[in-house]
Parts: sequence; C-alpha cells; structure tokens
Amino acid sequence: MPHHLFSKYSKAAMTLALACLLTGFLAACGGSSTSSSNGPVTITVWSWVPNFQQAVDLFEKSHPNIKVKLDNVGQGGTEYPKLRTALKAGSGAPDVVQLEYSELPTFAMTGKLVDLSQYGADAYKNDYISWAWAQSTQGDKIYAIPQDSGPMGMLYREDIFKKYNLAVPTTWDQFQQEAIALHKADPKVYMTNFAPNDAAAFTSYLWQAKARPYTSNGTNVSVNLSNEATQKVANYWDDLINSGAVQTIPDFANDWNTELSNGTLATWITAAWAPTDLAGIASSSSGKWRVAPLPQWNAGDNVSANWGGSTDAVTTQSQHPKEAAEFAMWINHDKTAANMLSNQLFLYPTLKSVLNDPSFGTSVPFYGGQNVNKIFAQSSAHVDTSFQWTPFQDYINNQLTVQLGNAVNGKASMAQALQQAQNDATSYAKAQGFTVSNK
Amino acid sequence: MKQQLATDRATLAIKDSRSARRSVKGDNLPWRRRVGLPYLFLAPFLLIFLIFFILPLGYSLWISLFADKLIGGTVFVGIANYIQVVQDGEFWQGVLHVVLFLVIQVPIMIILALFFALVLDSGSTYLKGLFRIGFFIPYAIPSVIAALLWGYLYSNHFGPLVQIASFFNLPAPNFLSPTGILPSLINISTWQWTGYNMIVLYAALHAIPQELYEAAHLDGANWWHTAIAIKIPIIAPAIVLTVIFSIIGSLQLFNEPQILYTIVPNVIQDHYTPNLYAYTLAFTNQQYNYSAAVSFALGAIVFVFSYVFMLFTNKDGEN
Repeated sequence: MPHHLFSKYSKAAMTLALACLLTGFLAACGGSSTSSSNGPVTITVWSWVPNFQQAVDLFEKSHPNIKVKLDNVGQGGTEYPKLRTALKAGSGAPDVVQLEYSELPTFAMTGKLVDLSQYGADAYKNDYISWAWAQSTQGDKIYAIPQDSGPMGMLYREDIFKKYNLAVPTTWDQFQQEAIALHKADPKVYMTNFAPNDAAAFTSYLWQAKARPYTSNGTNVSVNLSNEATQKVANYWDDLINSGAVQTIPDFANDWNTELSNGTLATWITAAWAPTDLAGIASSSSGKWRVAPLPQWNAGDNVSANWGGSTDAVTTQSQHPKEAAEFAMWINHDKTAANMLSNQLFLYPTLKSVLNDPSFGTSVPFYGGQNVNKIFAQSSAHVDTSFQWTPFQDYINNQLTVQLGNAVNGKASMAQALQQAQNDATSYAKAQGFTVSNK
Repeated sequence: MKQQLATDRATLAIKDSRSARRSVKGDNLPWRRRVGLPYLFLAPFLLIFLIFFILPLGYSLWISLFADKLIGGTVFVGIANYIQVVQDGEFWQGVLHVVLFLVIQVPIMIILALFFALVLDSGSTYLKGLFRIGFFIPYAIPSVIAALLWGYLYSNHFGPLVQIASFFNLPAPNFLSPTGILPSLINISTWQWTGYNMIVLYAALHAIPQELYEAAHLDGANWWHTAIAIKIPIIAPAIVLTVIFSIIGSLQLFNEPQILYTIVPNVIQDHYTPNLYAYTLAFTNQQYNYSAAVSFALGAIVFVFSYVFMLFTNKDGEN
C-alpha cells in the first residue's frame, strides 16, 4: 500500500499545499478579471484586527467604486510566512496588508512595498505620533500608514498588592524587592511572568532601558545584544528568574490565561492593547485590576517604550495601488474610521487628534472604574522615537526566542544567551550580504 | 526518499507479478501489449506523479545549489549549502532527537500493534469489531487535532492528569519539561499509529490459510506456539513493511512537535526535528535554498536508515 506512505505524517502538509494552490489560482483569476474594467475595482485586504469588517463597511460606503475583500489569514507571525510565500511566488498577495512596525524594514528591503508618498501620504506626516511615523518611513519613502500602537504600562492586581501591603512599584529596584517579598509571603503567587517565547516583549524592555540593539541603514546594519543597557536588562531578569520570584511560562497560552485570572500573577508588564485582551482572558477577576505607568530604571524618570501595534501597507503585486493606498490612508486617518478603530475595535490610536481628544478613554469597570486609556496616553508621549529594527527581524526574534528559552531553562545565563543570538544574527546578516558593524 | 522506497517496492511487485504471468501465457504477446499497454493505463498517475512530485523534487534539488541573498540576489554556490548542513549543530541536534524517538518509539509501537493484532486474530475476543475500531480511531483523528488534544492533557495547570495528581497530593509529572517532552511525543505517536499498524498486521494474519492452524492444533500447539512459530514468521514481510513506514515517519516527525511548539516554544525549539528546522528556515528565516539542502540531507538520512534496515532484514529472511 504505497499510498499510505504519502498519507502518513504528511497529510496536513499535503492539504496545506493543495489549499495554497487553490487559493493561488483563485487570487490569480480575481486579479486578471478586474484589471481592465472601468466599474468598481476590488481590492483584497489582509488584517487580523477582530471585527475589522465594520471599518471596511464604512470605507465601502464612502467609496462606492472600490469593493474590499477582507481576509484574516492569521495574526503576525502566522501571516508573514504566507505573505512572503505569495510575494515570492509572484501572485496571491493582497493589495493591502497589515504589518507590524518591526516587519516594515524586512518587507521594504525586498522591494515589495509601494511608496505611498506618490499618493499623497506625506501630507499626514504631522498627524501621527512621531515614533510610529518614523518607523513607517525610510527617508522620503512612506511604506505604511500607522494603524495602532502599544505604549507600555503595568497592569496589576490591586487586591494582591493590598493584601500583602505592597506599594505599586515605581522603579525596577522596588519591583524586584517586592517580587521577592511577595513570593516569600505566598509561594503560589508571582510578581509577574517573564515570557521566554516573546521576543517582542523582551525587545520592549530593551527599548525602555534605552538599549538600541539594532540599526539599519541600507545595506549597513548593526546587531548589538551585548551593550551595557542590554546587559543591565538581561542581568535584572536573570536575577529575578533565579530567585524564583517570577514565573517563566509562554504568554498568550492557556496556562498563562489561567494564571492571570486565578491570581497567580500579580502584574502584567504590557502595552495599551492589553487591557481589552485581559478583560477577555481573565473575566473572572473583573474589578481587581488597575493600571500604573511602567517602573523606571532611574527614580523620577518618565521613560516608556512601545510593544506591538501595526500598520497597513500596499504590496507591489497590487493591480490597483491607487485604490489600495486610498484604503490604507482613509481607514487610518478619516475621523469616523479612526474613531471607530479606537472606540469600537479597541485599537490604541496613533493619530494625535484621537489621543488628544478629551472624549478619548472612559472609565472601565474591569479596572475598578479607572480611565485606563489616559494612563497609556501619557505613556505614548514618552516613547523614545529613535528605536530601529533590522531588515531581518523575524530571524532575530526567532533566535531571541531560542536563546531566551535556553536562558530560562538554565542552559546559559541570559547575557550569554543574548551574546549567542548576536553571533548567530551577525553571521546570518553577513551571509545575506549585509555589512555588519556591532557598535 | 520515502517515496523513492515506495516506488522501488511497487516496481518490485510489478516485476514479480509480470514474470509470474509471463511464465503462464505472456511470452507470445506483442511488445506493445506486453509493455506499452500498462504504461498507457498508468499514464494518468505518471503524469500527476511527474508534475506534483518529480518536478518539485528536481526544483528543490536545483535551488539547493544556490544562495538567495537579501542583498546581491541569487548566486550559484554549488555544494556550499550541503557543507553548511554537515557543520550545522542545530540540524544534528534535530537528527539526534528523531533518532532517539525512532529507537524508542518504533519497537514499542510495533510490539503493541503485533500483540493487539494477534489477540484480535486469535478469535477468542468478544466484540472483536468494537476493539478493532477502537484501536483504529486514533489514526482517523487528524494529527493536528491529536496534538492539540494531548497538549491539553499534558497541561501543567488544567490538564486532568495533573489535577488527578494534585487531588491525591502526589507530585504532578511535568510532561512538557525539557526531559519530559520526548516521552510525551512518543506517547502521542504511539497512541495514534499503533491502531494503524495493527490493522496492517491483522490483515496479513487474515491471509494465513486455516489449514496451517488445523495442522498445528493436531500437533498439540497452543496459542503461544501458533503465534511464535506460524503467525509471526508468515507475516514477517508485513512487519518489515510497518517498521519501514515507521522509520520514515519518525525521521520526518513534524506535526506533533509543530503543534506543541506553540504551547511550549522554549522546550520544543524551532529546530527540534529536522523537518521543523527546514520549515523554520524556509518560512521564518527566508533561507529557501538552505532549507532545500536541509531537506535533502534529511532525505539522505532517511534513505540510509531504511536501507540499512532492509539489508538487515533481507539477510535474515534469506537465511
């Protein structure tokens, strides 16, 4: 029965290949049939924002000549391989695609993103918070329109802090002391979770500590995960992990959800998109959570960072780049659309006008009536604007995940693990033809 | 590589049956009918086999000889990618995992499958059909679902096994720890594939003529004697077949670690098995060419393992 050979461990792979093939054909057919007509054009949009169809409906209403086909092919790391495959294959990519800031240099580097300045996007320059705009552009070229952001803050369990008589920490030193005290008082409770699978979260810690591990300028890149600021962050978390006072499980997984809702974790160092997520994940702990600014490295400072958020970009495969650009710009800039994104789809805004609107943010019962968005709006104003990414961030984040895992599993110190990630990334970058200086 | 073996076996089978037929009455047929006609009937298969199999395989081999750099584009590098594979610690780490998996899992599974098949075949079991279906059902569950299912059962928090342990105040076993993960994967695969292999062996047992049992019975052989001296030797080729399939499947392990990767990404890393590594290289790191080289290197390893096993068992069979 030779046919069983094919079916054995590769059933899923075969199905996947077949599905790709079919969707590839469909997309190719869709593209060619609309390109020559004068009637309404159809553009395809990939986005993983929940309920994004509501915003798309608004767009279609105000643009009767553009029809939008919305696809959710997966969030972040699930979408990028599909996009890459479609771009590599020459067909099957959408007109408009949701990309995180960290991915923009990667896709811009391969020449697959349309420069939106030719469609008038440069007029929007001052309307967006500056770091988000800076990360969406390279020189005069505008590769994407910012959609949402993740200025950081700390969600914490007010009841646990009260029960153990702890003050809300304002510095990382205080955070560490209280973490140890808390775990001593109740070994079942941890101050927070360090998620070794989450390179983006770790990167945001580096961002706040003013470590600048990456720079990229054309074919020149630098990857430095051994500088002083990075080592400070690495040693800090290494100490906390070794003391046993913080949990080290993967985030956005079932066990993690459980620990957030049952009071095992006292804080979540996170970003502005998290309050909505948490209310869904840990609904049973409603009313017990509060929000505070990030603890600081130096007492009295007010430094924040960003974690997550994304943009909309137009791919060079688009048959209708003008309409696609219009979609990316309108949906993220029009007043009605932007208000819908922030108030009904709970995306944290990048538009200054929305952030400064007195009506932005209301009291939330899950957080004991606190006006959560106000705290994050202050954080947004203190995000350092100079952070950069490499044009191969997926690779680095993958290596970081491997190495942070090694550190947490005790195979190496976190500083050693990061040095290894730097070495791997350096040889990768050189093999890819970049000039690498690890300054 | 596993497909290569499959075609080899198929060709052998065709050869056997053809020579058998020819000895009866095939010698005086015209060449066209003797050789041409079968290929005509095979054409639909061969065409699809060529388009979806040989061509992609050839293309992969071709691109494995190049390097596609983010800067500088595609350049011919000859066997440089293969040299890199040989020196790649992460690749060999993956190979070590699947070889360990193979050495432990395959014997357990085949022995269990053989035992169940013998029990079912002995006829002394009530509700035979129910048992047969029961053992087979795990195979019918897509391995992706199976891995998700087991991911839940293994969970350190709400997994039933952990909850039972904590109910009796016993230390909860950590199925998803760096040391526990391999046994956990072995368990999933054994659960899933034992029934499938059992059916293959059971079918082979069914083909044994009843006369042999009657003769053995007259000679005073009990259940155990019949199993050891008659059944197992006769179905040996079927056992060899299931082992070969299992060797190939083990070395190409992908679905289970891929699903559990999302649950414990720091225990099962992106290079836990060579297939997972090839997947990461292609779709995360954009190293399509190197990924092709890794795939062919894995193919070579699968070939070596299967070939050595065949050599070993053939020798036994002939003696």
